[in-house]
Amino acid sequence: MNRRPLLAVTAAVLLLLAAVIAAFAIGRYPIAPGDLVALAWAKLTGGAHGLPPTAETVLFQIRGPRVVAALMVGAALAAAGAAYQNLFRNPLVSPDILGVSAGAALGAALGIFLSLDLWWIQGLAFAWGLGAVAAVYLIGQAVKGHDPILVLILAGVVIGALLGSVLALLKYLADPYNQLPAITFWLLGSLAATNLADIATTLAPVLLGLIPLWLLRWRMNLMALGDEEAKALGVNVVRVRLTVIAAATLMTAAVVSISGIVGWIGLLVPHFARLLAGPNFARLLPVSVLLGAAFLLLVDTLARTMARIEVPLGVLTAFIGTPFFIWLLAAARRSWQ
Amino acid sequence: MKLSVLDLAFGYPGKRVGAGVSLALDAGEVMCLLGPNGGGKTTLFKTILGLIPAQGGEVRYGDAPLARMARAAVARVAGYVPQAHTGYFPFSVFDVVLMGRAAHLGPFASPGKRDREIARQALATIGIERLADSVYTRISGGERQMALIARALAQEPRILVMDEPTASLDFGNQVRVLERIRLLARAGLAIVLSTHDPDQAFLVADRVAMLHQGTLVRLGPPAETITPESLKLVYGVDIAVVEIAAGGGKRRVCVPSLG
Repeated sequence: MNRRPLLAVTAAVLLLLAAVIAAFAIGRYPIAPGDLVALAWAKLTGGAHGLPPTAETVLFQIRGPRVVAALMVGAALAAAGAAYQNLFRNPLVSPDILGVSAGAALGAALGIFLSLDLWWIQGLAFAWGLGAVAAVYLIGQAVKGHDPILVLILAGVVIGALLGSVLALLKYLADPYNQLPAITFWLLGSLAATNLADIATTLAPVLLGLIPLWLLRWRMNLMALGDEEAKALGVNVVRVRLTVIAAATLMTAAVVSISGIVGWIGLLVPHFARLLAGPNFARLLPVSVLLGAAFLLLVDTLARTMARIEVPLGVLTAFIGTPFFIWLLAAARRSWQ
Repeated sequence: MKLSVLDLAFGYPGKRVGAGVSLALDAGEVMCLLGPNGGGKTTLFKTILGLIPAQGGEVRYGDAPLARMARAAVARVAGYVPQAHTGYFPFSVFDVVLMGRAAHLGPFASPGKRDREIARQALATIGIERLADSVYTRISGGERQMALIARALAQEPRILVMDEPTASLDFGNQVRVLERIRLLARAGLAIVLSTHDPDQAFLVADRVAMLHQGTLVRLGPPAETITPESLKLVYGVDIAVVEIAAGGGKRRVCVPSLG
């Protein structure tokens, strides 16, 4: 048997640990790794750590929730991306490209606009995200005679643009003193405002999405063969596809509603996970989850430390993602075939 | 198990490709489907497998009508070897063959030890064990075709439907695939395959079906169906059928002449 997947998982776990330590240690109030251990130990055992109380506050009240949120958001976006890529047999699709992010963004902005609570914002994000991916997929099915992958991507662009203009209308109508800054700030993507309650609310839908993906991990490989072959091999293609789309969209929408729009992770991370672990979804999914969590945590650490003000997350991931996507278009697709 | 096709009409929504096709295939039998490019061979196969809905008539596997069978139930009796293509993620050949086990597993199950053993046997039957760890997207077209046949065998089907299994192969691999087909039929599989080469029908087929403009114009043993007249009808060119001495017996071959 191949040793590569084991190495990939080990590498991903090590990277994740390094990212977590870095995220807790680095910041305006630096905490040495040794002190981190002391603080964690004191918290677990209830003993004294002998460090200033500020350190404890920074670690558990400020950085803790943010680290957990970054891990969860990164993991969910990467897992959803891996699922979409297998399902649509295309290493170039991701929640962003299929319009899920744009739909979820509009749904969530609508929630903010209507001053709804987080549950409703998540629900609207999910409904709109699902609607967007359904529209993109139906256009892809309806338009025949072109490269289906191209049609899918262009349909995603078109639907994304349409949703974007509705979003612009919403911003135009929003209260410029209260709602508009909230929507704008949120659209740029940030984890600065996350608290433990938000995380708890979001964890359930993320797990609800992740579990069917894991259960269907072997079937997902067959979905990558295309509808007809998967059917010929005995797969109920429609049922699996609907389940996976619903699961991946649920995860995306849930995390988008706490982090705002953080693009590119669903495209970038599954791609690297596939390079590391191979295409088998049973390995691709866990490696994507680990790498996604690590990647977003590193980016978020960068976002809050690289300048005197916070750099929006979505801006950072776009700076990393755009050149990567161009490279992928130019070179990598060949290597898949 | 017997495959029966009764007065089948097939095609895509808004586009009828063929109609009135009736044929039956018994265990151990090899049937060759001949017909021109775009003549509906692939569409007919997909309809027989239930991958696209029939527009009329009926397909039966044994006594069971296809229309009332679940996807997995169809896949347990009928294996499909599509035309080889490359559009996969880079799975290993073994993983591709293992996918043939899907019909025997529940939706949330992963293949176990027994499934791996069956996949290994399928590779051995086709003689491509050495390719097990190769990447499917990086092997030759002939090897991919062999891998797809192995995958269909891993389904443990009773009937094998092969869409131009020799189309992308060099001459040596064509002969190798035909040899496998004959061995599999002797082992009790019913096999229906399409081909562009009527000589292959003389080599492996017990019966020949000729599809022309969506209907079966000939159905019967190769010697009776493959004639200069039927070849002219189906392909529109002059082809002589001559008998030659080969391998200690006599065999027919098709000899085209340029006009």
